[in-house]
Amino acid sequence: MSFILFIEQLLNGLQFGVMLFLMAAGLTLVFGVMGLINLAHGSLYMVGAFAAAATATATGSFLLALIASLVFAAFAGVLIEVLVIRRLYARDHLDQVLATFALILIFSEGTRWLFGSFPLFLDKPDWLSGTVNLPFGIIYSRYRLAMILAGLAVAAGLFWMIARTRIGIRIRAGENDREMIAALGVNISLLHTFVFALGAALAGFAGALIGAIQSVQVGMGEPVLILAFVVIVIGGIGSIKGAFIGALLVGLTDTLGRFLLPWLFQFVMSPSSANAVGASLSSMSIYLLMAGVLLFRPKGLFGSQ
Amino acid sequence: MSKETLLNAALLALLALFPLGAWLADEPFLITLTTRAVIFAIAGVGLNFALGLGGLVSLGHAAFFGLGGYVMGVLAYHAQTYTSLLSWPIELSGTTAMPIIWLFAVALSALLALGIGALSLRTSGVYFIMITLAFAQMLYYFTISWPAYGGEDGLSIYVRNKFIGLNTMDPIQFYLICYGLMLLVLALVWTFSRSAFGLALGAARQNEERVLALGQRPYRLYLTAFAISGAITGLAGALFADLNRFVSPTMFSWQTSGEIMIFVILGGVGRVFGPVAGAALFILLEYSLGGLSDYWHVYLGAILLGVVLFARGGIYGLLTGREVAHD
Amino acid sequence: MTEPILNIHGLTKSFGALQVSRAIDLELRPGEIHALIGPNGAGKTTLVKQIAGALRPDAGSVWFDGQEVTALDTPSRARLGMGRTFQISSLSMDYTVLQNAVLGALCHRGDVFRFFRPVMKDRALLEAARRALDEVGLLDFAAQRTSELSHGQRRQLEVAVALTLEPKAFLMDEPMAGLGIEGSQHMMGFLDGLRQRAPILLVEHDMDAVFSLADRISVLVLGEVIASGSVEEIRGNPLVRSAYLGEDEAA
Repeated sequence: MSFILFIEQLLNGLQFGVMLFLMAAGLTLVFGVMGLINLAHGSLYMVGAFAAAATATATGSFLLALIASLVFAAFAGVLIEVLVIRRLYARDHLDQVLATFALILIFSEGTRWLFGSFPLFLDKPDWLSGTVNLPFGIIYSRYRLAMILAGLAVAAGLFWMIARTRIGIRIRAGENDREMIAALGVNISLLHTFVFALGAALAGFAGALIGAIQSVQVGMGEPVLILAFVVIVIGGIGSIKGAFIGALLVGLTDTLGRFLLPWLFQFVMSPSSANAVGASLSSMSIYLLMAGVLLFRPKGLFGSQ
Repeated sequence: MSKETLLNAALLALLALFPLGAWLADEPFLITLTTRAVIFAIAGVGLNFALGLGGLVSLGHAAFFGLGGYVMGVLAYHAQTYTSLLSWPIELSGTTAMPIIWLFAVALSALLALGIGALSLRTSGVYFIMITLAFAQMLYYFTISWPAYGGEDGLSIYVRNKFIGLNTMDPIQFYLICYGLMLLVLALVWTFSRSAFGLALGAARQNEERVLALGQRPYRLYLTAFAISGAITGLAGALFADLNRFVSPTMFSWQTSGEIMIFVILGGVGRVFGPVAGAALFILLEYSLGGLSDYWHVYLGAILLGVVLFARGGIYGLLTGREVAHD
Repeated sequence: MTEPILNIHGLTKSFGALQVSRAIDLELRPGEIHALIGPNGAGKTTLVKQIAGALRPDAGSVWFDGQEVTALDTPSRARLGMGRTFQISSLSMDYTVLQNAVLGALCHRGDVFRFFRPVMKDRALLEAARRALDEVGLLDFAAQRTSELSHGQRRQLEVAVALTLEPKAFLMDEPMAGLGIEGSQHMMGFLDGLRQRAPILLVEHDMDAVFSLADRISVLVLGEVIASGSVEEIRGNPLVRSAYLGEDEAA
């Protein structure tokens, strides 16, 4: 196994992790501030991808497509927050799980009705196609590198917003004490809608970015959603920092597991069974990681114990 | 007789008479449809034992449903291909006898539930929901990538398994088996919920601190309930696989977990017979709305949303009012 | 002098920089009511939690019935005979009054893992439950849903459930809070007789009740026992007067 191949896989893991963070950030914020567990977050990811694919087809502009993903996902977020989600904040988790599961059904079938069952494709723009030469002779996909950088930039912006801006202070206050923030005279329901829309926009953005390297189809959100849940559970639900660390851990474990485990098993068994065992184990690896973390820290790495 | 008892009786009568009517009218499809409802009902009754009585919101019951299915698939596959299931440390062959398959499905699901529960119950709240979901996903991806039993494509068996004295390929006879098992499971859960264990488990759901102060450990109560719950759902999985003569990783998928939960909620959380009503309604909706439009999940979603937002007790809550505390 | 049933040595606990228990010594002897008083935030409930095993102290030890129980969890201590009532009612609200009492009797008997016999037809449990309800005056409400009880009745039920455990000592966290004058009188009369069966460590806000009931009083201020003694000693103690009873002689 070559060193360069390993670095490339490492970068792939990083890229995956950064995208997972965009998904997980919204989930963990919504849980931290509103106490809501939102299964329909994957649908917002799908909305972003579809909005981007449709816009790119209509206008031919990738940048417009990205903007459309943000706008439409945020709009969908505001819509369901106002119509459904805000009635769920005071409910127990069971009600939240079911209502948002119902939203998934509605979103998925609604999208299928609008766009049909065939996958759409979103093409990378020319200026992001091809490869770049990195130091040490590493050649890497220009688009994936851009995804890493864009994701890290968004993450940095989010951290800055939460740490430094007035809205960030309110979000943090909301996490610590929901009544106090109402007492401070902050329009709490507006804040909730904003947080939800922000999370939705990030998910939609991730959907658009990933849409260019995978196909855009109904049901694309749910596998990512479940991984994002694994991320926030590992990181500690409600913690943005935890979501970031968790996302990188999951991204790297998943990518490197797929790559390394079959290779490792070759030393102890025949190549075909090594592939089978390695593939099975690596597909389970992130769940094993999560079970392991929860065994030692039942509230995640950065959860309030 | 209370309204709830009346509704229970009506439900059981309907599920007995409708397939008989379909049999007389020579409509095997309707019998199979009702069989699905009854099997889903068993799965839901299993989940409801943990969810309704113990307050354990498991989004991972597909793990047990799928395991039950694969127990059936693997045992029948080896029996039908005359290959041995295990050659070491002891020689084991498959079987096509339903009762033995059920026994294995129940026992292995209970064991799996003990394992998953022992780890998951260290957490609570959202973490519990997520970790149960994760365990089911783990099995889902495992079955997809494990090539021995069909991997992603699943595993078909040629004929339905056998039950002494009955022709299981005849829809109505297979239905009677499932209906009988549902009655048995209902009777068991009904008895459990009124037993000393049921009282203590319900108390732990309502207030853990109290149960601790009374000298009992909620963890053990929860774990036992989770194992019983998983065993019942595992039995349903074995029946479901036998009904379709096919088992695939889809049985492990998180949508399956979500659907089992829907049966419980549509019927009414915590009512012993609730999932029976929920599963029957689900199948009815699937059949009638599915015929109406290809996009029936939109309507299902809307109905589910309506139930969660406006009719929290499900069918039982709507028709019988608040649950009476039983003496 | 008789041996104390409950004995606490140097119990210390802090949450971060906040010291909630500072080297607390306390004992409860057979036949007595030992009242624990102190202003809000003095650390009374935190102390009760440490005694009951719900919270682990940083240092110090708890002895119960001649045995060190510091390392034991709540259920083990309950089995040894600690009967706790809660400040905030922690009853099973969906259950009937009788079911709550039967639950207590069942847990006391210990055979919780029985699956087949209907528990609400178990004669021995029903008898124990009814006896406890009768003692606190709730027998007439046995069939009522607990969530429908008045605040005072819930307090009575808390005590009744503790009675079904036949404990060696009671830990009662504000059993009279929220009771009307009549309810308090009734509860006081009951506790007065109860101390003969098992001693009571009583956390209470109602000063009249404490001064007329207690054999001994300990005063907790900022996690520290600043005085401990008979009713007369506490009433006359200038430290207590300034720190707790609100008479600002010091100022």
